[in-house]
Amino acid sequence: MKDTDGYMTEDGRQIGGVLMEMKNITLRFGGVVAIQDISFDVREGEIRAIIGPNGAGKSSMLNVISGFYHPQEGEVWYKGERRPAMKPYEVARLGVARTFQNIALFEGMSVLDNVMTGRLTHMHAGIGAQALWWGTARDEEIANRRKVEEVIDFLEIQHIRKTPVGTLPYGLKKRVELARALAAQPSILLLDEPMAGMNVEEKEDMSRFILDVNDEFGTTIALIEHDMGVVMDISDRVVVMDYGKKIGDGTPEEVRSNQDVIDAYLGVAH
Amino acid sequence: MLTEIFITPFADMVAAPDFLMQVLWEGLVSGILYALIALGFVLIFRSSRIFNFAQGIMVVFAALTLVGLYAMGVPAWIAVGLTLVVMFILAVSIERIVLRPLVGQPDIILFMATIGITLFLIGLGEIIFGGENKVMITEELGIPTGDTVLEPWDGLLILQHLDITVVVVATLLVAALLAFLNYTQMGRAIRALGDDHQAALSVGISLQTVWVLVWFIAGIIALVTGIAWGARAGVSFALEVIAYKALPVLMLGGLESITGAIIGGLMIGILEKLFEIYWGQPLLGGNTETWFAFVLALVVLLFRPQGLFGERIIERV
Repeated sequence: MKDTDGYMTEDGRQIGGVLMEMKNITLRFGGVVAIQDISFDVREGEIRAIIGPNGAGKSSMLNVISGFYHPQEGEVWYKGERRPAMKPYEVARLGVARTFQNIALFEGMSVLDNVMTGRLTHMHAGIGAQALWWGTARDEEIANRRKVEEVIDFLEIQHIRKTPVGTLPYGLKKRVELARALAAQPSILLLDEPMAGMNVEEKEDMSRFILDVNDEFGTTIALIEHDMGVVMDISDRVVVMDYGKKIGDGTPEEVRSNQDVIDAYLGVAH
Repeated sequence: MLTEIFITPFADMVAAPDFLMQVLWEGLVSGILYALIALGFVLIFRSSRIFNFAQGIMVVFAALTLVGLYAMGVPAWIAVGLTLVVMFILAVSIERIVLRPLVGQPDIILFMATIGITLFLIGLGEIIFGGENKVMITEELGIPTGDTVLEPWDGLLILQHLDITVVVVATLLVAALLAFLNYTQMGRAIRALGDDHQAALSVGISLQTVWVLVWFIAGIIALVTGIAWGARAGVSFALEVIAYKALPVLMLGGLESITGAIIGGLMIGILEKLFEIYWGQPLLGGNTETWFAFVLALVVLLFRPQGLFGERIIERV
């Protein structure tokens, strides 16, 4: 197989082989082409960004990866195998965790309970055993709880553990959502505009957390942003989309000097 | 007239505290059963936004199945087990045949579908078990039928053993359900699904599994209420009516609130009994229990449209 050797990043992290590969993905909604023949890969341990102006099809791409949308053409390869069309919860069970652009949390539940739901993919005991709080179910619950506390510590949200999520400010909600995704110990973590709507300080916090997650747990991260500045700072490789097409792919430096990318972002005189 | 409304009832209560205790006890027994049924409603509503009109007929259907199986010669406790199996099959079929094809449809369509389930189950029950009244197999299940007489304040307080059993079993069931919802991953999944479908899918929760589960829990609840109520009033399609008592309980407690369902159930059970004995019978000729709960719910709705414990509907702009 090609490309199993990976590469070394500037800051000296070893990036592994291909974890996920999108091959010639085309997604249409009726007559509207949201994604047109896009291919790219995500390698193990890397922070991969998908950027582009509004309406470029970034979120659609993330929804294809996480199984919310099914492309009309193209293939999704994951861990060396072609992934058949799957429901989102099945994709989640394969180790793909995600956050949402508009924050999708369980508002009525506490922060702790929200993060605990992230462990659902690690639940093996039967419903009966759970109902009786018995044997493996009990051990699992305790193990899950331990992992969750670790994540809560890591993202510095201990002080709001018992708070109902609905009452939290925006920036913290984003962090809780990240915690829930992280609790799943995903093979790949998808972040849909993790910095959208944040002020500079919150953006810096979030960037730090993303880098720390990647560094500490070695989690592969694919993220979407339209704020170019932050993305260029934290990602290893960047895919640029515009009007559903891929117009650039490479390291931040390569992408920054790509004429098509500059045109897409700054506009071009016709 | 005013004296009769505002003074006499309370004077009576003070004069005969043992009788007041009796009334409160009986109110509590019905109240806990209302609470149990309301819990079934809340679980289904929370996880799917479906207002399950069929809860009442599920009570009848469960009781009929149990009695019917026993009549066929199945031993009592095995009949209970088999009835649970039937309720599980019912849950799976409802999810497969009715809910799954209707995913994403407006709530009112799903509500209509549950009316369809109701009518279907009435027909099915009549075909299989016949429409005549039956007697609940109380003794065969080992449920005590005697009574205990207490004499507080030199008075008389009669506690039916059946009622004591009902209160104990229902309380245990409610406690078990609460523990299940709050301290297990599957319980969290049920609560999560009600809050946000997309997010629930993204953490690996399968809609189908959760729906089967909540309908099965509703089925278990239906069986317990069916046995309890059947033991007091016989098993017939008239039992369905008690499930409609859960409607004012839900209006009172709020559709999403589990605590609300429990407190609302107890409140309605006790208040309707008190009203009947101290105001209804002397002033209105009795039989107020049929409508009191609904009027109470209406009055509460006037002041708190979301119910006493419901989620206040606030949309951030």
